[in-house]
Amino acid sequence: MLRARARMLRDVRDFFATLGVLEVDTPIIGDGLVVEAHINPVPCQVHSGADGPLPRHLLTSPEGPMKRLLAAGSGAIYQIAHAFRDGEEGRRHSTEFTMLEWYRPGFDHYELMAEVEALVQTLVPRTSGSAFTRRSYREIFMEGADIDPFATSLAELRATCERIGIPLPPNFEHGSLDDALDLLLVSHIEPTLGKPGPTFVHDYPASQAALAQVHKSNDGHDVAQRFELYVDGIELANGYHELANAEEQRRRFEQANRDREASGRSPLPIDEPLIASLQNGFPACAGVALGFDRLLMIATGAKRIADVRCS
Amino acid sequence: MASYGTSDFKKGLKVQLDGEPYLVVDLDFMKPGKGQAVYRIKVKNMVTGRVLDKSYRSGDSIEGADVEEKEMQFLYKDGTNYHFMDGESFEQIELTPAQVGDSGKWLVEEMQCEIVFYNGSPITCSPPNHVDLKVTYTEPGAKGNSTGNVQKPATVSTGAELMVPVFINLDDTVRIDTRTGEYVERVSKS
Repeated sequence: MLRARARMLRDVRDFFATLGVLEVDTPIIGDGLVVEAHINPVPCQVHSGADGPLPRHLLTSPEGPMKRLLAAGSGAIYQIAHAFRDGEEGRRHSTEFTMLEWYRPGFDHYELMAEVEALVQTLVPRTSGSAFTRRSYREIFMEGADIDPFATSLAELRATCERIGIPLPPNFEHGSLDDALDLLLVSHIEPTLGKPGPTFVHDYPASQAALAQVHKSNDGHDVAQRFELYVDGIELANGYHELANAEEQRRRFEQANRDREASGRSPLPIDEPLIASLQNGFPACAGVALGFDRLLMIATGAKRIADVRCS
Repeated sequence: MASYGTSDFKKGLKVQLDGEPYLVVDLDFMKPGKGQAVYRIKVKNMVTGRVLDKSYRSGDSIEGADVEEKEMQFLYKDGTNYHFMDGESFEQIELTPAQVGDSGKWLVEEMQCEIVFYNGSPITCSPPNHVDLKVTYTEPGAKGNSTGNVQKPATVSTGAELMVPVFINLDDTVRIDTRTGEYVERVSKS
């Protein structure tokens, strides 16, 4: 496993060297964060001279620092970074994990999907037989659960879960529509995605845009220019045509903090330098984060993330 | 009674659901990268043995089971039932194979077990998390293959079967995690 991991790290570096994408290595201890409703950072303290202890966080992704480099004119960059998400432990989750994240100025998310496909086919040769399929978020819910996610209700989602046999959490009625869609997605639809070949899911509801641009889809819905890649039922990568509007980004971070407070969790400090960089030279670009450990699981057939973490 | 949040969930946790005691026998953490985590657990009714599937989300909690636990020593198994004794009061109790369940395959005489009482009656037992047992049967392993993940079947003194690394030999003593039934390490060589 040590050798498989080393080989894959080398293959990633070769892949990006050929494309002229620059490797960067940014700090993992941060002050402000990319605030998300359902991602919790690992808090830590630092002591600096007479100041201290100062509250800091281990970053949940290298997104903030990398976007600052893009705004400063770095051009295309990638990073193999350790990222930390508190409370995420399971067969496919580890509080500390390795993330491969990269940004492509001038790309939209469709061009980036093509590059993700080329990378995965290079690293996991068995996926290179045929082109990856593409499905909209609406299509996977229509096909997998007979639900239109853009025209559904908690009542319909409750009935669908009961019909399929998904146990409902105790406070189902108090959750949002997105929470109920997430429940249906992970419990029922996700295990079927990316089989037999890898599948990109795109056109997410605008409410799940996070840091992606939003536009009108062909069928008239507000959708996020966001995609996810699934392989063998495993969520492998999440990409955006990046939002470059500082005001809108602040509004979404503040909304995420309100969602956190509404569900009893503490709000998080916003990455202010990131917001500033969006106003100051941030290029039109697409970016993606890929779970390196999960890719290694797929390449080696490992069933648990712990088996590939070399801990 | 204690209350457990989703981050406390683990196999072996005893919880109270719909007024009855349940044991968490399996759990799965599922989460869309950007979305809400779902904790899917399988719980087994400690009285009836009935197994249920449940979902929870961050912020939810479950009450701890309304049961009492007592350390008792495993004495022996007669034709059918398992007998245990309280080391201080010398009180003896017995459990049926259904009540003991999978734990039965790790029990050796004099082992200290945790007996669970509900409404004053013993309902089930948990062996220690780790037990050390002697290997009574396994095929010889290939030489020089001591580092890989390759495993082979083995039988231990209680008759239980499990997978062990290829370097394990007959009469070695191995440590087993009774919650998962998996090999942990070699304790002594033959």
